[in-house]
Amino acid sequence: MDKGNIINHHLYVKENKPVSFSEDMLAKVRSLIGRYPAGKQKSALLPVLHIAQEELGGYLSVDSMDYVASLLGLNPIEVYEVATFYSMFYLEKVGKYVLEVCHTGPCAICGGEEVLQHIKDYLQIETGETTPDGLFTLKEVECLGACGNGPAMQVNTEFYEHLTSKQVEKILEDLRQKQEEDRSSKGWANLFS
Amino acid sequence: MGKLVLLEKAGIPGIRFIDVYLASGGYKAVRKGLLEMTPVQVQQEVTRSGLRGRGGAGFPTGLKWSFLDRKTNRPRYLVCNADESEPGTFKDRYLMEKIPHLLIEGLILSSYALGARTCYIYIRGEFKYLVGILENAIREAKHKGYLGEKILGTDFSLDIYVHPGAGAYICGEETALLESLEGKRGNPRNKPPFPAYKGLYDCPTVVNNVETLAAVVPVIIMGGEAYARIGIGKSTGTKLMSACGNINKPGVYEIEMGLPVEEFIYSEEYCGGIKNGRMLKAVIPGGSSVPILPADLALNTAKAEPRLLSYESLAEGDFQSGSMLGSGGFIVYDEDACMVRNTWNLTRFYRHESCGQCSPCREGTAWMEKVLYRIEHGQGRMSDIDLLVRIANNIEGKTICPLGDAAAWPVASAIRHFRREFEYHAEHPEAIKNIRHGAIGAIQDRIRVR
Repeated sequence: MDKGNIINHHLYVKENKPVSFSEDMLAKVRSLIGRYPAGKQKSALLPVLHIAQEELGGYLSVDSMDYVASLLGLNPIEVYEVATFYSMFYLEKVGKYVLEVCHTGPCAICGGEEVLQHIKDYLQIETGETTPDGLFTLKEVECLGACGNGPAMQVNTEFYEHLTSKQVEKILEDLRQKQEEDRSSKGWANLFS
Repeated sequence: MGKLVLLEKAGIPGIRFIDVYLASGGYKAVRKGLLEMTPVQVQQEVTRSGLRGRGGAGFPTGLKWSFLDRKTNRPRYLVCNADESEPGTFKDRYLMEKIPHLLIEGLILSSYALGARTCYIYIRGEFKYLVGILENAIREAKHKGYLGEKILGTDFSLDIYVHPGAGAYICGEETALLESLEGKRGNPRNKPPFPAYKGLYDCPTVVNNVETLAAVVPVIIMGGEAYARIGIGKSTGTKLMSACGNINKPGVYEIEMGLPVEEFIYSEEYCGGIKNGRMLKAVIPGGSSVPILPADLALNTAKAEPRLLSYESLAEGDFQSGSMLGSGGFIVYDEDACMVRNTWNLTRFYRHESCGQCSPCREGTAWMEKVLYRIEHGQGRMSDIDLLVRIANNIEGKTICPLGDAAAWPVASAIRHFRREFEYHAEHPEAIKNIRHGAIGAIQDRIRVR
């Protein structure tokens, strides 16, 4: 994998591998475009990027972003500038489970700082890193809107709330043991009717 | 128990599904609005109700609707702001999760009043699970004939679509939200033109918060005048408060406007008092952007009158001794909370969420964070405190959107009310190094004993 030969930024990954959606997914994209007025298909960019990230390896490579641009008839730069703006889009490879721990005010005063530190100690990684087995990536995120149930984190956009250090260990171990499951029913593409 | 207007039915098992919702009187407001009232009459009731924007600004909803450009032939849009990201605020999430059809019903009525044929719900991407819940509610409503072509046999047609964001606080600002909905970065637009003239796709657009639009349902059912009789003064109706922090019972509570802050914090019906029997130190009453109040000013105004949960009472004393109702994100701090650390934490949030368009906000938030970090970590100087005040003053009012103000106010207010705590940090770099959340002797005077 060579990094950054397309855009002058080390975070961008170009794999030079062909990427594409299944027929089923393409139909979803067409239906998403249909939710916006004719000629305004750019509006579908955020939902389509969510789908692309989920379907094409868990992050947005330059290849994936170029592909999304072609689907929506956009210039690639229009996709890059959006993908770099929003924190839910990952521009480099992530682990199978992305732990996004809230570190904002209300969670912080309810024990969130301790929980975050405990995850770092337990997994022996720092924020932004991935465990060597490729299972967990740790991220600190701003307010998840779970302030009443803090401390909170999301694992692949699923909420885990009222966290304690002990519980977090159990959650991580459960995820480690978890068999491959069919996540498609919870996938972005299937959320939209 | 206070009067429940919005969440009256939220506790009914299965209310998320349309059959249960209909059986408990759901969509009655849509029937009344569409079959018995003209769009103008629906808007009149909203104006009479005195309903004000529940997202934070508190702008009268009927007035906002009246600005909509109805002279053009271009389509009009209603956009529901469900980008709830203000620290301390989780009321819209609760409402959409528990009783999504109430929002759908409010959207139908509001779109009818505004003459919008398409409505988008812009929801923050982290609320992915709610996308499924809302899409399902929309599907159900369409199936029962409350959405789609010629609703209930009238000439009114409406489609509602859920549009996810992807992690950006700034998209809660209405023009940034519209940019984002158009598939762009969430950079706020200069105003004017206001969205009422040039909004989504340059068409006339109204953007309202989830709670505001849901509140249109009780307004239509009971009538604007009856709704206006609930609450106090110009703070009509009820408000969803999301309470969090060091309290016994964090959660979402519907309160009648005018409830005393003291009752809200200490009564068993609401927050249930401070956790572990500790003392109250400070409150942020309306989401992290509004000024923090020390315990004494949170419970009573500077005029020694009880502080009430209303737009006016919380603003009493302006920023010298007051705050704002904001979004209703009610954050409670106990005696152990470190105000310096908290201010640093919140400033880090605004630094992260600044879109970077305006220099005062982009540079100022980063600068403030740096200075606060060093004070909190024992490397601060006494002069840093006035430096922070100066930076905050130079951000406030000098940016395209209110994020600059939102970043400046928490810093300015924390220093205004807890200056001695900042000074203590600067004076005792060694002493505070090991204190993460500390009750520091020097600042105990503002803690309320109870």
